[in-house]
Parts: sequence; structure tokens; C-alpha cells
Amino acid sequence: MTTPETPAPAGMNWRRASMAGLVALPIIALLAFGLTRDPGEINSPLPGKMAPDFALEVFATGEPGQQRAVGDTIRLSELRGQVVVLNFWASWCLECRREHQALTEVAADYATRGVKFYGVLYNDSPSAGKRWIEQMGGQSYPSVNDPRTRTAIDYGLYGAPETFFISKDGRVAYKHIGAVTDQLLSQKLDSLLAAPGAP
Amino acid sequence: MVSSVGLVFSLAAPGLLGGDLAAQDAAAPRVAAGDSALERRTREVASGLRCPVCQGLSIADSPSELALEMKGLVREQLAAGKTPDQIRAYFIGKYGEWVLLEPKAEGLNLLVYVLPLTLVVGGALFVIRYVRANSEKRNS
Repeated sequence: MTTPETPAPAGMNWRRASMAGLVALPIIALLAFGLTRDPGEINSPLPGKMAPDFALEVFATGEPGQQRAVGDTIRLSELRGQVVVLNFWASWCLECRREHQALTEVAADYATRGVKFYGVLYNDSPSAGKRWIEQMGGQSYPSVNDPRTRTAIDYGLYGAPETFFISKDGRVAYKHIGAVTDQLLSQKLDSLLAAPGAP
Repeated sequence: MVSSVGLVFSLAAPGLLGGDLAAQDAAAPRVAAGDSALERRTREVASGLRCPVCQGLSIADSPSELALEMKGLVREQLAAGKTPDQIRAYFIGKYGEWVLLEPKAEGLNLLVYVLPLTLVVGGALFVIRYVRANSEKRNS
């Protein structure tokens, strides 16, 4: 024979519900936080640190005003006191097509103000890089080759395009992942040019 | 922000490249890969480092050009007498702790190690208590 079930005290359900809420809320909060994050975006530890030095050979000359001869070696250490923009690109990179015009125009505009732009070929061959520059109607600044992507690794690269802004004192001031725009370039360069020079 | 197109092309690029890069690679000095002890140590270190252009693969397992070069760098640094910790520190300096496939068990990272265990133990305790309470109720 079964005895009739006694009803649970009224406070019991509230206790259970608040327990369940207590467990579920942090998990929901964690998942919600995860949804606001881009899993492809990695915070670089480089901004604020000295930019890794490199010595890379020019394979594409650029245009008068910023021209360097093919085979010249560009050393970052020799550019101290100047604002430098390094743009890692490749002929197979679609986003690089999107930013090309902005880069080439802003580089030409800022050349007279002492800003040095260099393209760094990433995971590509110089011959393909040269063909791409021709197809795109030229590049105002020189591009260097990075054999075996060692400079790319030194800059913590994980794709192209990526652009590094290096201040007059040789530090990485800002890293941009993806295509840059002329507004972004001008804004960053103006603030770097306004900053005091290297000691 | 990296577009998915960019990531796809980063992955696809090595297969699209022409002969120039291969020629450069052949000409560049490399540490001989014949040393089996060095290869084993290279694999040990490389298997703990995340490939930047892949999804959840180590540089030891990824066939991408960048991962192969990173692995080559690990091999060269080991051959030059660097310790695995020094090599990991180099990559952390470039990519951040993200580059470690297994995060260090310190600070907030401890949650990754402690939380699953806490949830499993907590869940088990909850189930045991629930079953006991129910069986006691039934018995009474």
C-alpha cells in the first residue's frame, strides 16, 4: 500500500531554481562573452616593444621619391628616427588588392614628411609579386622579399595583409590585421609624426 | 579582423606558389634533418606550438608553409643549443600565449584545468545526493 505523497514545502522549488540559476548563469555568461569575441583575432604582444630588426633585399623598386634599387638591402636599424610602415602582402591575397590603392597613395603623400613605406612579400615569389604590382598599376614604395618567412615569424604574422606602424624610436606602435584604409593610415601616421622623435 | 577569405587563402597559398620559393628554399642553409634525436626534440617542441594559419593544428602536424618554416626555426634553435623553454619563450614573444596549444597552468589559465574537474566532481556529488535523497524518500 502506498502512502499519499506529501507536498514539498513551498520554499523548496525556489531553492532548487536559485541553485540551478547559480550554476547556469556563469556558464551562460561565459558563452555570451565567447560570442562577442572573434576567434580569428589574436592579440599581438608586439605593440609597445622594439620592432624586430631585419635586413631584406628589394625586389620591386617603387616610384621616384621612394625608389630603391633592386638588390638594395633595407635594414630597419638604419631607419631609426623615421616613422616606418611595413605592409606584409602577397600576390595570392585578395584583401591585399583592396588596400593597395590606399597604401600606394598615402605612401606617396607622406613620403615628403619622412615616412618610409615598405612592402614585405609574404609566402610568395618575387616574380609573382612583380607581376602583381604591374597588374595593379604600380606601387609607389619599394617591396622587399622575405625568404623563408623569417621576418614574418619575427613579427608574429598569421596571414596577409598585416600592417605594422613603427614609431621614430623603433617601437611597434600599432599592428593592423586585414586591409587598411586611407583614413586609418593617415590617422595613425599623423599621431606618430606628432610624437617626439627618437632620443 | 581577419576575414575568412584571408584565412582560406593563407592556407591555400603554399599550394599556389611557383618555383621561385622552392628555389630559394633549396639555396638557403638548413640544419640537417637526418639527426633523429634532434628530429625527436624538434617534434616534441613543435607539437606544443599552434600553427597560426590553421584551425587547432600544431606546427608539427600542419603542412602549411608557415608552419614548416616555424618548425625549421625550432630545429635550428635546438641545434644552436637553445632549450625548449627558450624556444617557447621566443614564440610567445611574437604570437603571445595563444601560440601554446596547452596554456600554462597559472593565473586565470588555472580555470581551464580546475573548472572541468570541479564540474565533474560537483556533478557526481549532486547525482549521488539526489539518488540517495530519492531512495530515502521511497523507503520512508
